Amino acid sequence: MAKLTPFFFLSFLIISSSLAFQSDEFGLEGAQQQTPTTRKRYSDPDSDSKVQFSLEHAFGDSDFSPAGTFSARLKSWSHGGKTLTKLRFSRNGFSDEEKDTFKNLLKGDDFYRIRLPSNVISPPGKEFVVASVRARCLPRDGLDEHFVIHMEGANILALSYGSLGACQYPRQFKLPAKWSFNSHTILKSSEQAPRTPIFTEEILGGENAEGEVDPPPERSFWAKYWMYLIPLGLVVMNAVTQATNMAEEQTGGQTGGSQVQQSARRR
Amino acid sequence: MAIKASLLLLVFLSSTIVSFSLYEDQVGLMDWHQRYIGKVKHAVFHTQKAGRKRVIVSTEENVVASLDLRHGEIFWRHVLGTNDAIDGVEIALGKYVITLSSQGSTLRAWNLPDGQMVWETSLHSAQISKSLLSVPINLKVDKDYPILAFGGGYLHAVSAIDGERVLQPPESSIIYVLGFLHSSEAVVYQIDSKTGEVVAEKSMVFPDGFSGAVSSVSSDKIVVLDSTRSILVTIGFLDGDISFQKTPVSDLVEDSGNAEILSPLLSNMVAVKVNRRTIFVRVGGEGKLEVVDSLSDETAMSVSLPVADDQVAFASAHHEGSKIQLMVKLVDDLETVLLRESIEMDQHRGRVDKVFINNYIKTDMSNGFRALIVMEDHSLLLLQQGAIVWSREEGLASVTDVTTAELPVEKDGVSVAKVEHTLVDWLKGHMLKLKGSLLLASPEDVAAIQEMRMKSSGRSKLTRDHNGFRKLFIALTRAGKLFALHTGDGRIVWSMLLNSPSKSEACERPSGISLYQWQVPHHHAMDENPSVLVVGRCGSDSSAPGVLSFVDVYTGKEISSSDIGHSVVRVMPLPFTDSTEQRLHLIADTEGHVHLYPKTSEALSIFQREFQNVYWYTVEGDDGIIRGHGMKSSCAGETADEYCFTTKELWTVVFPSESEKIISTLTRKPNEVVHTQAKVNTDQDLLYKYVSRNLLFVATVSPKGAGEIGSVTPEESALVVYLIDTITGRILHRLSHQGCQGPVHAVFSENWVVYHYFNLRAHKYEVTVVEIYDQSRAENKNVWKLVLGKHNLTAPISSYSRPEMFTKSQSYFFAQSVKTIAVTSTAKGITSKQLLIGTIGDQILALDKRFVDPRRTLNPSQAEKEEGIIPLTDSLPIIPQSYITHSLKVEGLRGIVTAPAKLESTTHVFAYGVDLFYTRLAPSKTYDSLADDFSYALLLITIVALVAAIYITWVISEKKELSEKWR
Repeated sequence: MAKLTPFFFLSFLIISSSLAFQSDEFGLEGAQQQTPTTRKRYSDPDSDSKVQFSLEHAFGDSDFSPAGTFSARLKSWSHGGKTLTKLRFSRNGFSDEEKDTFKNLLKGDDFYRIRLPSNVISPPGKEFVVASVRARCLPRDGLDEHFVIHMEGANILALSYGSLGACQYPRQFKLPAKWSFNSHTILKSSEQAPRTPIFTEEILGGENAEGEVDPPPERSFWAKYWMYLIPLGLVVMNAVTQATNMAEEQTGGQTGGSQVQQSARRR
Repeated sequence: MAIKASLLLLVFLSSTIVSFSLYEDQVGLMDWHQRYIGKVKHAVFHTQKAGRKRVIVSTEENVVASLDLRHGEIFWRHVLGTNDAIDGVEIALGKYVITLSSQGSTLRAWNLPDGQMVWETSLHSAQISKSLLSVPINLKVDKDYPILAFGGGYLHAVSAIDGERVLQPPESSIIYVLGFLHSSEAVVYQIDSKTGEVVAEKSMVFPDGFSGAVSSVSSDKIVVLDSTRSILVTIGFLDGDISFQKTPVSDLVEDSGNAEILSPLLSNMVAVKVNRRTIFVRVGGEGKLEVVDSLSDETAMSVSLPVADDQVAFASAHHEGSKIQLMVKLVDDLETVLLRESIEMDQHRGRVDKVFINNYIKTDMSNGFRALIVMEDHSLLLLQQGAIVWSREEGLASVTDVTTAELPVEKDGVSVAKVEHTLVDWLKGHMLKLKGSLLLASPEDVAAIQEMRMKSSGRSKLTRDHNGFRKLFIALTRAGKLFALHTGDGRIVWSMLLNSPSKSEACERPSGISLYQWQVPHHHAMDENPSVLVVGRCGSDSSAPGVLSFVDVYTGKEISSSDIGHSVVRVMPLPFTDSTEQRLHLIADTEGHVHLYPKTSEALSIFQREFQNVYWYTVEGDDGIIRGHGMKSSCAGETADEYCFTTKELWTVVFPSESEKIISTLTRKPNEVVHTQAKVNTDQDLLYKYVSRNLLFVATVSPKGAGEIGSVTPEESALVVYLIDTITGRILHRLSHQGCQGPVHAVFSENWVVYHYFNLRAHKYEVTVVEIYDQSRAENKNVWKLVLGKHNLTAPISSYSRPEMFTKSQSYFFAQSVKTIAVTSTAKGITSKQLLIGTIGDQILALDKRFVDPRRTLNPSQAEKEEGIIPLTDSLPIIPQSYITHSLKVEGLRGIVTAPAKLESTTHVFAYGVDLFYTRLAPSKTYDSLADDFSYALLLITIVALVAAIYITWVISEKKELSEKWR
């Protein structure tokens, strides 16, 4: 039984990691969550390590400078894969100098650029992953930012960066009310394509059975037999008119007879 | 039973799907097919004792073909695979064509009259090397004539009769083989042809190293160039002894540059090209070299040919003005010119590239010569008695890029239709048609009707028609020649060689890269002729300077051309045109700068207005990085060029090199028209298509899985597909297919991508469709919102907004492997779409988009069925009638181009490979026009008959009434 528990827990981890993405959202001032102690107890200390990688930013064409730190827990799986979990982000606020440069960016509608290392274990890895946004898209009440980090194992593939909502075009010049960042982060790994279904006999049989279960709705008497009823009605009506005509024929016959006589007279 | 029922249902449904098959008599009405072979590499004549004189050729498109020497028609041809290049072709035993291919590892024999394969032998090869094929005439072994083939480090003797390896020659004879090791050591092997054993081996090191071609001068001497290309080295290997003899080229001619040995196999003579001159050097008995003759211009030469009286002749051809000088001389006596002909040649064929000669005995018993020449534009011509007997435009076998162009508008006053037809002819024609439609026609009449349809008056006119059926396809070939093909009958309206000899010296041989529509006049610039832009490069290197050439589409004349002085990495047509309808183009160079064309101040001002909104991206396939760029500023600081701009990097997507490798990228066609963004579901629900021009489809595979199909296990390979927004670098969709492998062939249109790949687990090819829908507009379903204007349908979309979209996808098995996929395109985008799948059998299959619809379910509801949703099946059907190529094959299919006609229902389809094929398609049938063979006469006669009948009955009734009254 004691052996079973870690196994069960591991499988739970696998299931949770195979979800489409994991999301940890928290603001700058968000309190540091405590890692559940239970998890620490059961996970192998060797396969679970902490990593830190820094976010850097640049204003327009300036050089990159540190702007914050991501810290995360790196899980190593027995099959060799690695995944990041429990991502934390601490954002450095703008210094006064940076505020001025950012204001200039806002005026010129220029780009605010950020970058992350492409490998979190051995930064910077092959190359930096760069993303940029028009500076005017960021200010709301504070500075809204939204990161989507696309991961493949311990590698960062791409970074989507922008404000949380829409960015209206044409972009208006607007200074933020508060110079604090409101950051949201989403970690995304790749989605597995579903297997192409192979339709065997069973499925088709099931389909057929389902068809039997669902009988066609009962139609009304009129809907079923209108094509017989209408001609019948016509025949009846015809018969009725003919019956009335029969009654008239007696009188009609007499007038007809007199006409014949008249024409004979004309000749 | 259940299967039967569902099968029946399927059969029923597939019969309800509009069938696109043709009737037999409709073949050739709208489509044409042209067969080519490609640029000829080797040619062997077969004229002796043959009723039909023919020439066997092998080409750079890996085609072996037999051509009729009288008319140039193809008797038979075989297209070998793309990596089965032909190294040599010979005729053996007078009845077999022997080809050596795949670096000397495959030897095949084909029957000469009909091209049937007789035998095939695969030869063992150890390493890649140059391969040679020779059919010795005098080596007779036991009633069998062995073929000697060298390739992959081995020499093989193979029987010509059955392809078996020969190992028992009766009499001992020694074959001398000279080889090179590591390009600096010469080795002579003496091989006993009886046993195949090496009797003796001798090698000698030549310190300077060898380079370039080898010219074997006689049976025991060859001439090569050393690695500096300035010294000719004569190697003698008499009796297995090697001797070198060096002669600097500068001793032979003054101010020599780099030399190049031309066409090998001239006996006792070597032709060397130095400083744009060709010199003939005789090799004396002791390896002494002396210049015998020299020719001024670039000269093509044939191999030597034995003529009567033990004499050997060779042909040379060179340009003199607009004429070609063809000379046949005796090798021993260069003063004796057996034949001197000068032939007027079209300037747009370029220089002579290759010459093959053949002799025949004239009636006065003298020698006559015919020459097969290959020109710079890859065309093949037969010259005989000072005239071109026939010519083949083989450049069209290697089309690299295609675009379409309109024909000129018909001028007022000259109605071509009236000139062409008299009323009597018209009536006759319609009477015939009427007979045909009433099934009264005799066989002769049917033939006449067919003939009439084939050359139906309007088909091949050189003016624009009302329906837009007549167009020009402008094709750029690998040789750098432009062809304009008429859609009506496929004839070449004009052709133009980009690097004709009269061009500037700065860029000697530009190679064409791509083709763009430069100017498409309509509205306010009607009197301008449309033109195309050809982007070329002055070399094979990607950093080589580019060349732009503007060509008038109506006349085929070059308007202007310019060396642009920077390299060409990417050409981006912008969605802006200037007042003369010239499209603005950006060309990116290797230094990260972009250049604006046309270089006019008007274009510059248009561009400056949109400067902030111009983005572009680059794909670095080897590094697995995609970068997005935005405009930064003018590069005024570095150069004075005000049309040059610097860019800055905005985003990068970095694929981990250990797990992903880019194998395919694709965008939507920039000129595609989408009719409506909304898609109505069966339950009166509305979906909005996510229609963005800035989407990039990327497919990556694991590096291990980048090889051939089946080279990895399913666990090792995964295929990941991405949809990336090229403005912000956002990944909008990412889907990984475990256990799948490339090659990926994809097509991207409107809001969907269809891609084809191999599933290793199921051992089948699969097709997946991905459709993208916009959710930000999903709230606009309320009518009141629309009425009150509270909708965001007219708001501009910004890529910087967070995209709210969702994707739907579905996968199906597909039974065939695919060479290319395209999609039909129509003028307004209303007509439903068809996928055009170029199958491995070089045919084109038209598949309705409805088959690849993620909304397909196993048992669709009644409402869905009424809408036309097909019940889900696990594989896509291949309906034989929907092959648009019907019985034809587009050999070596490489690409399919579609272009809309003016008539909404119709689309032009042009497929190219070694062959060309064109047809017109109507994916939803021609709902907006009457069929071509609609009988107007029948309609007219019916109306006339009706009017007459009305009149007659009126008269009769009048008469009757009158008689009634008189009664």
